[in-house]
Amino acid sequence: SSSAAVRSAKPLRSVMVANRGEITHRVADTAANMGIKVTAIYTEPDSELPFATEGPTNASIGSASDGYLKMDEIIRLAKETNSEAIHPGYGFLSENAIFAKKVRDAGLIFVGPPQGAIEAMGSKSRSKEIMEAAGVPCVPGYHGENQDVNFLAEKADEITYPVLIKAVLGGGGKGMRIVNSKEEFLPELESAKSEARSAFGDDRVLVEKYIAVPRHVEVQVFADNHGNVVALGERDCSVQRRHQKILEESPAPGLDLATRQDLWAKARDAARAVGYQGAGTVEFIFDNESGKFYFMEMNTRLQVEHPVTESVTNVDLVEWQLLVAAGFPLPKTQEQISITGHAFETRIYCEDPDKGFLPSSGKIFHLQKPTSGSPRLDITFESGSTVSPLYDPMIGKLIVHGRNRGEAINKMLRALDELEIVGPVTNIDFVKRILKTEAFGGEEPSGLETGFIPNHAEELAQIPPVRNDVYAQAAIGAILTEQKPETLTSAFFTAPPSPWTNIQNRKVALQDLTTETDPAEVTVWQVDADKFVAEVNGEKMDIEARLLPGNKLFFKTGLRQAVNTFVAPAAMPGASRLLHVFDQGRHNRLAIVEPEWVTVALGGKAGPANSVVAPMPCKVTKVNVEAGQSVKKDDILIIIESMKMETTIRSPIDGVVKRVPHGPGSIVKQGIELIEFEDAEE
Amino acid sequence: AMRLGRRKVHTYVASGIQNQMSVLKTKIDSSDPEFVQRSQAMKDLISELDQLHAKFALGGSEKARQKHISRNKLLVRDRIASLIDPGSAFLELSPLAGYELYPGEEVPSGGLVTGIGTISGVRCLIVANDATVKGGTYYPITVRKHLRAQEIAIENNLPCVYLVDSGGANLPHQSDVFPGHEHFGRIFFNQSTMSGKNIPQLSLVLGPCTAGGAYVPAMSDETIIVKGGGHIFLAGPPLVKAATGEVVSAEDLGGGEMHATVSGVVDHLVESEPEGIARMRQAVAMLNYPKNNVTTADPSIVAEPLYDPTEIDGVVGDNLRVAYDVREVISRIVDGSEFAEFKREYGTTLVTGWSKLYGHPIGILANQGPLFSESALKGAHFIELCKQRDIPLVFLQNISGFMVGSAAERGGIAKNGAKLVNAVVGSGVERFTVLIGGSYGAGNYGMCGRAYSPRFLFSWPNSRTAVMGAEQLASVMSTVGSKNAEATEKLRAQIESESDVKFGSARLWDDGIIKPSDTRRVLGLAIEASRGGRRTVDHKNFGVWRM
Repeated sequence: SSSAAVRSAKPLRSVMVANRGEITHRVADTAANMGIKVTAIYTEPDSELPFATEGPTNASIGSASDGYLKMDEIIRLAKETNSEAIHPGYGFLSENAIFAKKVRDAGLIFVGPPQGAIEAMGSKSRSKEIMEAAGVPCVPGYHGENQDVNFLAEKADEITYPVLIKAVLGGGGKGMRIVNSKEEFLPELESAKSEARSAFGDDRVLVEKYIAVPRHVEVQVFADNHGNVVALGERDCSVQRRHQKILEESPAPGLDLATRQDLWAKARDAARAVGYQGAGTVEFIFDNESGKFYFMEMNTRLQVEHPVTESVTNVDLVEWQLLVAAGFPLPKTQEQISITGHAFETRIYCEDPDKGFLPSSGKIFHLQKPTSGSPRLDITFESGSTVSPLYDPMIGKLIVHGRNRGEAINKMLRALDELEIVGPVTNIDFVKRILKTEAFGGEEPSGLETGFIPNHAEELAQIPPVRNDVYAQAAIGAILTEQKPETLTSAFFTAPPSPWTNIQNRKVALQDLTTETDPAEVTVWQVDADKFVAEVNGEKMDIEARLLPGNKLFFKTGLRQAVNTFVAPAAMPGASRLLHVFDQGRHNRLAIVEPEWVTVALGGKAGPANSVVAPMPCKVTKVNVEAGQSVKKDDILIIIESMKMETTIRSPIDGVVKRVPHGPGSIVKQGIELIEFEDAEE
Repeated sequence: AMRLGRRKVHTYVASGIQNQMSVLKTKIDSSDPEFVQRSQAMKDLISELDQLHAKFALGGSEKARQKHISRNKLLVRDRIASLIDPGSAFLELSPLAGYELYPGEEVPSGGLVTGIGTISGVRCLIVANDATVKGGTYYPITVRKHLRAQEIAIENNLPCVYLVDSGGANLPHQSDVFPGHEHFGRIFFNQSTMSGKNIPQLSLVLGPCTAGGAYVPAMSDETIIVKGGGHIFLAGPPLVKAATGEVVSAEDLGGGEMHATVSGVVDHLVESEPEGIARMRQAVAMLNYPKNNVTTADPSIVAEPLYDPTEIDGVVGDNLRVAYDVREVISRIVDGSEFAEFKREYGTTLVTGWSKLYGHPIGILANQGPLFSESALKGAHFIELCKQRDIPLVFLQNISGFMVGSAAERGGIAKNGAKLVNAVVGSGVERFTVLIGGSYGAGNYGMCGRAYSPRFLFSWPNSRTAVMGAEQLASVMSTVGSKNAEATEKLRAQIESESDVKFGSARLWDDGIIKPSDTRRVLGLAIEASRGGRRTVDHKNFGVWRM
């Protein structure tokens, strides 16, 4: 009885993608294959990105960065461009019931579920009620107002141990207790309540089933308006940071077929319970200890990680979305859906995992797409694009498929080795470290759970020092970069430095930005146009090196030779020059440490910094200090927001604040002073 | 099988055939024991010079260097290394100046490093005092080296960059330094002259500039001084106290801050040496001076020689009496070993012809025996052609002299030799000379010796320069005068030692000793220094030809 059902099936002629970046490309590619005309919308900050410049029709949604949220404007553009349908992608308006309704009221097709399903699944409590009614297991717990201790103990018995007691206003582990048996419950409850009282002035608690080893397992479902509902296997998305997924895979490893079929069945039940149509995902918490799973929520859209499902099922989910939206039945029945091999997706984020996942933005100076093993790369940017701090730090995703999990991991590692991005800092090397841990590897990984990253923080922080020959490559590359090609016919640039004496040694101090260890001093003697001697950390090397087109450096020392990627972007004013060497699959990010005189000559001040500057382009959201205030090292000074993430800036010193140039709401560029301190007393 | 028809008339010849015709073929066998022996003999000479150069490149004593570094100062060659463009060459001039020149005193490189380097893309003549050698004071050889560097700058229109760190004239030698035509004063004369010819004069003051030395920065177009390090005064604090009784610190008397803010003697004040060097690079970048314009050379044309340049060692050896085909040397110097020979069949003791060096056309004159009338006439003819075509000349000098004897005299060798000399002087084009063997008698003149103002003159380790061979000279002397065998032997030994290449290089008879295998590259640097930036054409006329 949904509005789409009354419409007879007729192929779509045109669609607008109300989104940006890689998902716009993704939808446009499939639509193009189906002969459907695509219109992309874009905001002015995105106007130079490929998704906004490619394609037959692109429509600007204005200069404001939140243009992708302007429902009426989008619908008006859809009509103006003769778009029959709107595909909302993911994020933005994709799960907005009002938008879905507005689109349909305007006589357009919304590529997504009925607004009723969106509304129902958008509410935590309502979705839980619906699922319980449909026999889909939910996390057992009591969230009510009755705080009688005996009543709570009864509830704990019902939930079955272990249980978690949590302060309603809790945070930071305060007022939180894990209780393993009935005997421990009352004393632990008392202790939790008293802790909550003193911490929050409120001792209300809730009791929930405690899941010791939780995994995030979700099922891809699809429904049409002819009553068909299928499950296209499940995905494991346990590896997360800041509650956002990094690595997803399908199938979920270590689950027997009966459990998986049970999951699929429950997911289909969930979809049916809300009269679902289109692509959706039912998310479960999977308790690895008990093998039980519980409904968490349903996402009423196509998910970021849908490609792993496409990879193992050989189904184009966007094609199905467009077919279902046009009123056609699902192309396959549950029996016709088979799962082949194993697939992984890595989300490529512009952030620095080694610095608390601090977001990063800026121009991409070099982007090399991987080719070995034909991986799939869905990416928003290209070489030369700029990653804006206004939008999500996820810039793309890499998908591989293997015969089994082990092969898929190997293929992902190879592809990540070949995926080279210079510009914003990315999580590529970090993901490689995850893939190489023992806990993650194998067909039945021992450590796969949502706590994977904190559990293995120490191991993941182990980064071997930069190789001496890599330091040498960087220093030589920097020197070669200054030797312009037009000089290569000149004896001054092809002859040895001097007829007799090699006076031309150059010392370059390079710091590894990943580990921030002490800078290494590299001494380079150029003995011929392409021959060098380099000394690093006491190791002396004879090196042959020359720059090749396309950011490549030929490099030979001892028995080893390679063509590596070397990029030396021009330094931003006031910033030190960065050098990037990709060597044997590792992205070495090195900064030329300028001598102190350079700082002074550029108007800086010798000695330790007397100010704190913005680490990235950002908006100041909160200022905790004022002029004249004394602060201790690591006190919180200011909170900034960039790429939809908050970052706390702490004091690097004990000192007195002299000036706070920017108040809350200010938009500041990278390197702008946020806090100035009084000069330290001598 | 296909039979080729009888060759008839061809009016088509593939382009490139003429180049192939010019490619020199080698006849040497590098496994021949004699070749190996000669090669080793040259390598021994090179190895001795390598050590000497390495020693001189250190500068002053270990103690002096440590003291210098402890004052936050860079050593002179490190200053130059950071001044010039990364990866570019520095053509150091006369590094062995001062070698065994002053009994009991060692003055490595004459206490002054000079040479040509690329700064911000501009070829510059760099003159840098080495304060670790006798405080950077000027010995007579220091003055001569400074003046020679300036001469090169004048002839080749090279901006001058002075890295000043000198205590001024070396007082015990003041009479050989101070007042003469080619003495200290000429340095400032040259600065003024060059500035007047729009050849920029730039100074970076890194240490003391006392007395006359004060005029190097003061006469410069633009001057940078390092705060705390550089001092400029006509008289230092001790002399001021002696003269007027005034007690004043060096910093107050002539420090950077005072000169930058009060006297205006300097134009830029910097905090440290590296900053001063960076600012000098900026000053050169702002000169609006023509940069190297050889980029017209097509890289595909600049082919390296076909044969290994290090084989020159075995071709030449160390024995000047052993004859060889000089084309074996030419083929290891020029682009693609191509040499379009001129008048090959005539006057065969002088080989003449055209080649390219790093894409620049050159005319080569190379000795292949003593100069006869025919060879001298051929040389004069060839030089005339090069003048007409504006092609620079390269002299590969290995000459025992002009032919002697009645037949030669009756053939007019004197006037024919004079024609060659006349042609050299009047040629107007840039000339470059390499002493690749003997340089004796009037042969030195005819083949563009030092007195004939080649833009640059370099020597090979085996070369010898004298009015005649030591044996002949001793024998002439014993014939015309002294019959004393002991005196004759003493004289022979003296001439022998004075003909040694190190003796001449110590006295600036050349601009440096080079390895034979580096000849191509050094000549390449020299030609670029001469013709690469701003160039003025010399419209000289030949003198009267004595017919």
